[in-house]
Amino acid sequence: MGGRRAGQDLHLSAEQARVSRLTRLLESEKALAAALLAPGVAILVLFIAYPFVMALWYSLTSIRVGEPGEFVGLANFTKALNDLIFQQAFKNTVFYTFWATVFKLALGMWLALLLNRHFRFKRIVRASMLLPFIIPTVLSAFAWRWMFDPTFSVMNWALYHGGVITDRLPFLSSGDWAMWCAVLVNTWRGMPFFAITLLAGLQTISPDLHEAAALDGANAWHRFWHVTWPLLLPVTLVVVVFSVIQTFSDFQLIYVLTGGGPANSTHLIATYAYQIGVGSGLLGEGAALSLFMFPVLFAVVWVQLRYLKRMENG
Amino acid sequence: MKRRDLLKAGIAGILVARQAPVFAQANTVHILRWNDFVPAADKVLREVYAPEVQKALGLKLNVETINANDLPARATAAIQSGSGPDIILLLNNYPHLYASAGVDVSALAEEVSKSQGGIYAPAVRLNKVGGKWVSMPWSLVPALIAYRKSWFDEVGAKSFPKTWQEYHTIGKKLKAAKRPIGQTLGNTFGDAPTFTYPLLWSFGGQEVNAKGKVALNSKETLESVKFMVQFWKDACDEGGLAWDDSNNNRSFLSGDISATLNGASIYVAALNGADKFKTEKGAPLHTDILHAPLPAGKNGSHNYHTAHNHMVMKYSKNQKGAIEFLRWAHKPVNLEKWLVVQKGYAVGTAKSWEKHKMWAESGPVMAPFKVAAAGQSRLMGHAGEPNAKAAEAWNKFIVTVMYAQACSGKMTPEESVKWAAGELGKIYT
Repeated sequence: MGGRRAGQDLHLSAEQARVSRLTRLLESEKALAAALLAPGVAILVLFIAYPFVMALWYSLTSIRVGEPGEFVGLANFTKALNDLIFQQAFKNTVFYTFWATVFKLALGMWLALLLNRHFRFKRIVRASMLLPFIIPTVLSAFAWRWMFDPTFSVMNWALYHGGVITDRLPFLSSGDWAMWCAVLVNTWRGMPFFAITLLAGLQTISPDLHEAAALDGANAWHRFWHVTWPLLLPVTLVVVVFSVIQTFSDFQLIYVLTGGGPANSTHLIATYAYQIGVGSGLLGEGAALSLFMFPVLFAVVWVQLRYLKRMENG
Repeated sequence: MKRRDLLKAGIAGILVARQAPVFAQANTVHILRWNDFVPAADKVLREVYAPEVQKALGLKLNVETINANDLPARATAAIQSGSGPDIILLLNNYPHLYASAGVDVSALAEEVSKSQGGIYAPAVRLNKVGGKWVSMPWSLVPALIAYRKSWFDEVGAKSFPKTWQEYHTIGKKLKAAKRPIGQTLGNTFGDAPTFTYPLLWSFGGQEVNAKGKVALNSKETLESVKFMVQFWKDACDEGGLAWDDSNNNRSFLSGDISATLNGASIYVAALNGADKFKTEKGAPLHTDILHAPLPAGKNGSHNYHTAHNHMVMKYSKNQKGAIEFLRWAHKPVNLEKWLVVQKGYAVGTAKSWEKHKMWAESGPVMAPFKVAAAGQSRLMGHAGEPNAKAAEAWNKFIVTVMYAQACSGKMTPEESVKWAAGELGKIYT
């Protein structure tokens, strides 16, 4: 019998042998896993790792547009640390990220709690709530820019004609106002993401827990604080991590809304790095500026994920 | 003949000829420019130049226009990736920043200069790097003050103020009458630096000295900043801190401001939209607009006019076609078609254009634009060269931010001047 099988094998064509080898390879779990992961890894390497490594290399050189430059060590980082515009951009980025995240979390939570109730047209309201998130940032930022326009602001017009103000409000022409306007627009845009994710989290909480707490005499606040919040915390932390990453590296909104002005008051790290690297062609310096975002974001993500893990274990 | 046979024949033909068929050859010239403030000029490029170039040179002209503030980013991306438009419009002294990426167009520049009365000296300095023309000057957009004649009359200015002090006095009265002067101090490419640099120069301030050493932190610079702070508060629309290059156009046309430094685009828009833009008395707005150069300080009157230059990119696979197109476009008979629709908003970079008959037709209101280019003497980086360092300082808006910080109260004039000198020092090391 063994001899017959050996004979058949000998008669297998080269093509069949290849197919057979491929089948055997795919039957191996390790090989199949590698094959399935390969496209994803290739994309990550090509679009994430390669640009990151290139940025690292650029940041250590004096490369300018059209000129390769030479290795300069940490000179670009030193220059950035002594750059007053960069220092301001860094502070602005922290301020912008902190307040936008606080508002998005507070308002997103409030909205999620409201939407978790039963009311008429609930589905339409839930769907429409996503609109700010769906509209491309550039378009919505342009719309806001018109609403904040120093001369033609519809809000100034309404407030003025409503007798609320006598002088136009300096929405984008005062540094402080402009920064708060940017925080407001970012909150408006990012709040639906918080709300919809937290809403999904809320729906996984069993109503029995609330009923039990209510029977024990807990009021609405106690039920939220002792039942909803602890159960929602893991989801909340994940949403906050995503939001911090996106807000800290925000570019489009500021670029369109203020261009970093007035007097650099709203420059973020990303917009300033763009101005230096792409606008002025100083690619090495621009790369160094943008890399300042990396350790900060890494630390934020690490602390939050560690906290999350401890909670899961504890 | 079957489809397959046709394909076979085509491929065989390509193999025999050892080159792509004519339609696939690099006979397209892709030019990247700004969205012109005079839209009719872009229309000339697309609807007049494109078919005529096709007929005259067999070139397909692909015109792409984007926001001027985004041009440097596109240029950087194209140069680094080694692909993109064959010709890129570079403003001001950007040719110095991208010098290594530009094809030598010296032959064309010398040819145009010789046949058209000579190219203005500032345009030569902006486009010539290391003795070589790295880009071709195309036009200049003079920046002059557009003002409402009747409103100035009403507050006692029968002619436009000659000095900054006079302008301050008149501006104060205009602002009191809710007709402030409009000026951007925002991070924007044109109207902000074309105001702040000449202001600095007219008070005697300079970025660097003739040897290229930073000289901004001076008594003269401080005086100019102190003047601007008071002028801003007393005479200007303070919303200008957030303006880009288009805000003053809209504000002027809507009657919200009485004067602003700008190209002639406000006048051209008022002229083209005579039925739409009216004075409060119902007359066409363009009949109440006049133009004037910036007032003088103790160091004279200075203006900076935005230079528009075309760079033929080294990575282009059709450098020859791109240069041929520019040669064709710079012929007076062709350039005229584009310049005439500009109505003086953009002027030629060669002196012969001052003699064009269009100036006689446009009358006294446009007369300051005719001679503006000839009157320009200073460039960014003054009293040094308008080199790559000057371009970096310009692009970082350092001089503009120096005024903006003081006007917004974010810093005192002294602090702001010190800050700006420090930032310049980091560039000029």
